[in-house]
Amino acid sequence: MSPVLEPVVPLSARRRTVPRWLRRTTGPLVLLIAWQVCSATGVLSPDTLASPGTIARTASDLIGDGTLPHAMLVSVQRVLVGLLIGAVAGVSLALVSGLSRLGEDLVDATVQMLRTIPWVGMIPLFIIWLGIGEAPKIALISLGVTFHLYLNVYAGIRGVDAQLIEAGTSLGLGRWGLIRHVVLPGALPGAMTGLRYSLATAWLALVFGETINADDGIGFLLNRAREFFQTDVIVVCLIVYAALGLLADFIVRTLERLLLQWRPSFTGK
Amino acid sequence: MATELHGQIGPVEKETPAEIPADGPADGPADAPAGPDAPAAVRVHGLTRTFDGRAVIDRLELTVRPGEFVALLGHSGCGKSTLLRILAGLDREIEGEVLVPRTKAVAFQSPRLMPWKRVWRNVLLGLPGRPGRAVAERALAEVGLGHRSTAWPKTLSGGEAQRASLARALVREPDLLLLDEPFGALDALTRIKAQQLVAELWQRRGCAVLLVTHDVEEALLLADRVLVMDHGVIAYEREIGLDRPRDISDPRFAELRAELLDRLGVVAPTAAPTAAPTTATAASPAASPRKAA
Repeated sequence: MSPVLEPVVPLSARRRTVPRWLRRTTGPLVLLIAWQVCSATGVLSPDTLASPGTIARTASDLIGDGTLPHAMLVSVQRVLVGLLIGAVAGVSLALVSGLSRLGEDLVDATVQMLRTIPWVGMIPLFIIWLGIGEAPKIALISLGVTFHLYLNVYAGIRGVDAQLIEAGTSLGLGRWGLIRHVVLPGALPGAMTGLRYSLATAWLALVFGETINADDGIGFLLNRAREFFQTDVIVVCLIVYAALGLLADFIVRTLERLLLQWRPSFTGK
Repeated sequence: MATELHGQIGPVEKETPAEIPADGPADGPADAPAGPDAPAAVRVHGLTRTFDGRAVIDRLELTVRPGEFVALLGHSGCGKSTLLRILAGLDREIEGEVLVPRTKAVAFQSPRLMPWKRVWRNVLLGLPGRPGRAVAERALAEVGLGHRSTAWPKTLSGGEAQRASLARALVREPDLLLLDEPFGALDALTRIKAQQLVAELWQRRGCAVLLVTHDVEEALLLADRVLVMDHGVIAYEREIGLDRPRDISDPRFAELRAELLDRLGVVAPTAAPTAAPTTATAASPAASPRKAA
C-alpha cells in the first residue's frame, strides 16, 4: 500500500494579507491612540502625563524658539568630547596591555580593579574634584566609555587566532607587521562591540550627569520642567534622548558594515 | 640548480654561524646518498626537539635535494608536523643543526587566510618591497583562481581557499615549499584536483617540496621519495621510481602502497586474515610480504 502523498507548499505560495511593516506599526499606534483617548476623557491628568497632542505642540514650540536645538547641541557636544577622551584612554590602555606582557601586568590588574567601582558612584567625587561645570559631566562619560572599550578591545586583541599569527610569521611579517595586518584587524569586531556598549553607556552617563547639576543641555530642560510639573517637556526630553541614542546606534552599525564587510554576516533570514 | 642554504635555524639561546657540519652526516637510513658537499635544499643534522622532557624528534637526520619532492608519512603525533614547523622556522626550541633556504613558504592544513584582507592582498601579505597587485593576480591565475582575487576569504569554498593559500606560498618563489597536510580538510574530489595542481606547480617551479601527510596514496602520487617517521627519527625511506603522471591502478603502485602501509603498521586489506584461502593464493604480490611477515 502506497503512502498518502501531500504537496510541499513553496514559501512564495503563502499569501501575506497584511504587509509586515504595517503589522509592526499597529502595536505602537494602538498604544498612542489609547493614550490620547485617556488624556482627552480626563482619565489621565496632564499633571501625571501630558497627552500626545500636547507633547507634539510643546516639541514644535521648543524647536521653534531654539531652546531644544541649543540644548541638544550642548548635550551632544558633551557626549562627543567624553566619548573621544574615553575612546583614546580605553583603546590606548587596551593596546598597551593587549600587545605586551609587561603592559598587561602593569595595566590590566589596575583597570580590572577600578572597573568594579560603579561609575555612577563617582559623581560626588567628581563634583568635589572638578566643580559643577562641564568637567565632571565629561569625566563621567569618559569613565564609562573607557572601561567598556578597554575590556572589548583587550579581549579582541587576545582573542586573535594564534594560527593566523603563526601564518603571518611564516609569511615573514615582523612584530609591527603582525600587529598591523593580523592583530589589529582581528581585534576590530571586539572593538566595535565595545564602541556600541560604550555609546549606550555614554548616553546613560549624560543623563546622570545632567540631571544632577546642569545649567544647560537637555538635562537642564528636564530638571526645570520637573520643577514646574511640565510633563509634556519631560516627555519631549526623553524622546530626544531616545532619538539620539538610536542615531548613535545607527552610526555604529553603519561603521560596522563598512569596516567589517569581510565578515559573512548573519542576515537573520 | 643548486639552492643556496641561507638561514640556519639555531637553538634559540645560541647563535651559531651557518655552516655545514664538517663531519658529514652520521649513518642512518634517512641520509640521502649525497655527501655533505652536494647541493641540498634542506640539511638537518642531529635535530632534537623535546616537549616536557619527551623527545618528539630524536637526533633526526634529513637531507632534501634541490627540486626534490619528498613526502613525510607517519602516525599522528609522530612528530612530522613538528619537523615541518621547525623547518619553517616556527619552532625554535631545538637542539642540533638545521639548514634551510632563506626563501621558503608554508601551506598549512587550514588555509589560514586573513579574513579581513581580500584574496589578492592575502597573497601579497609579508612580501618584501611593495609588489603590485599584478604579482598577486599572476600567482592566483597560476592556481586557477584569477577570477576570485577580490573576494573575501570567507566567501571561498574549501578548495578555493586552499588554492589561494598555495598561491600565497608560491608567490614568494620559494626554494623550499612546506606543505602540512594541505589536502586533509578537502573533500575527495577537490583533493584529487588539488593534488594534480600541486604536481603541476612543482614541475613548473622546480622547488624542493616537503609534504607532510598521512595519506599513503597521496605520497605515492606526488613524491620522488617517501619517508616514514617513527619514534622521532626517519625510520624508513623509499625512492619512488614510478613514471609521472602516476597511475593508482599500476600494479607497482599497489605494491609500493602495501609496502608503505606495512611500514606504518597497517594491515593491507588484501592480506587480512579473514580472506578466503582461494583469494589468498590468488592475491597480488603486494600481499605476500605481509603473509611472510
